[in-house]
Amino acid sequence: MLREITIGQYYRADSIIHKLDPRTKIMGTILFIISLFIGRSLAAYIAAVLLLGLVIKISTVPFSFMVRGLKAVFAILVFSVVINMFFIPGTVILDFGFADISREGLQTAVLMAVRLVFLILGSSLMTLTTTPNQLTDGMEKLLSPLKRIRVPVHEIAMMMSIALRFIPILTEELDKIMKAQMARGAEYDQGNLLNKMKSLVPILVPLFLSSVRRANDLAMAMESRCYRGGEGRTKMKPLVYEKRDYISYIVVYLYLALMIMIRFNM
Amino acid sequence: MSIKLENVSYQYKDSKRRPALNHVSLEIGKEEFIGIAGHTGSGKSTLIQHFNGLIKPTEGNVLFDGRDIHEPGYSLKELRGKVGLSFQYPEHQLFEVTVFDDVCFGPKNLDLPEDEIQTRAKEALELVGMDEKYHEKSPFELSGGQKRRVAIAGIIAMKPEYLILDEPTAGLDPLGRDKILNLLKKLHEEEGITIILVTHSMEEIADYVGRILVMDKGHLEFDGTPEEVFEHREELEKMGLTIPFYAAITDDLKKAGYFGENPEISAITLQEAKEAILTKWKRDHKSC
Repeated sequence: MLREITIGQYYRADSIIHKLDPRTKIMGTILFIISLFIGRSLAAYIAAVLLLGLVIKISTVPFSFMVRGLKAVFAILVFSVVINMFFIPGTVILDFGFADISREGLQTAVLMAVRLVFLILGSSLMTLTTTPNQLTDGMEKLLSPLKRIRVPVHEIAMMMSIALRFIPILTEELDKIMKAQMARGAEYDQGNLLNKMKSLVPILVPLFLSSVRRANDLAMAMESRCYRGGEGRTKMKPLVYEKRDYISYIVVYLYLALMIMIRFNM
Repeated sequence: MSIKLENVSYQYKDSKRRPALNHVSLEIGKEEFIGIAGHTGSGKSTLIQHFNGLIKPTEGNVLFDGRDIHEPGYSLKELRGKVGLSFQYPEHQLFEVTVFDDVCFGPKNLDLPEDEIQTRAKEALELVGMDEKYHEKSPFELSGGQKRRVAIAGIIAMKPEYLILDEPTAGLDPLGRDKILNLLKKLHEEEGITIILVTHSMEEIADYVGRILVMDKGHLEFDGTPEEVFEHREELEKMGLTIPFYAAITDDLKKAGYFGENPEISAITLQEAKEAILTKWKRDHKSC
């Protein structure tokens, strides 16, 4: 059950999308999300589907893989659809007595659902085709202008990559601790809520301790390899834009322009 | 009275690799002292998790005293009281405020009466050599070896009939290691507990165990007394396992013809090797 967490999950493949500069992918994703909020008509959504479909096709990530990411947010999706359906006033088309569904409500709900699905697909496409390390690298470079106003960009990026790096380690650790306590007769699904919460203590305390211990070890290891923060630090593989990145930017900006044109009927 | 595995296979769900266990059948009786040896990834840790039902085999059955432990209605919690399992680095599972409370965790889960829990915890701590002055200390104030003994006491306090330990000596200094191994020997001899020891170093366990199981790539390759298993020196070396130093020396001498033709000699400890060589030497020098 723990292994279904998809944050930072990477699908290894050798496509153009995988090879793109992480900055291109981050910017592309942000622009795509913005475009979703610009577009409101059917035409806009068709344009979005086409672009998304094309990029997924090029990325060679199997569609089933993408849908798996949707499962996790399915509950949120249903919740927002239901809320929108019932709580937006307008012409009533279905009346249950205690609640009713309006035409406007239904429209917004469907639109919202489609928008959310696109949003998740778009951003998970980014994480599926970019390794967490590349992602933080790109983030660091994109945010580097903020260094001028003393934002510790490098440190933030380092913390992010360490956090991502530790997710699989800690899930494994959690699994081990749960089993160790089960071997001592612990049960996690017995009794009322209070008992259930109490039964988490034997797991959480060791897990917390072990993450502190690991953090300590890591800090020591970094220190002994002379880590001194981002100042004057060079990269083994510096990020450089290539032809494919410029082409991608052109495509994305053209798409954005199209969305704006559709919105304002130009 | 036994733990019995019948044709057990196990495949990790998220792995496309070969099964972690491949048709393993074995029986572990009462009052045995067993070592399970194998290279990293040979399936030994997966194997022991079958003994107390933490893992359900994808194929085959696990029987405890003749009953299938995965049949509906079988209490796994009760089984885990009878088959104690200590994972690698068991000290990482300590969580209570005091040493004594932590040892009580297992017996408490078995729903025993309060005074029984207390006596068991006291006995277990005494067995592992942690006297009264440690009872109210925080487990995190102790040294590595002490923490580990407290963690093992937490399992012993459940009074298991079988005690399985995964690499109980990993990362300990020689003194801490001997303390643990002698503790296990004592538990076996005085309390009659079946001990199952997982290790990648056969050298370390050879003096203690009466039977060795060798795992390789999910298969149970050898199952016999240390003497029997060490006969297969070349095969073991191919699996990345080395036989104990003195067994290797005796074997080398035997192959070089020192003991004459077809000798019935095998040694595991320094003492045994010394005796074998001295007997031979005395015999040679008497004749001339």
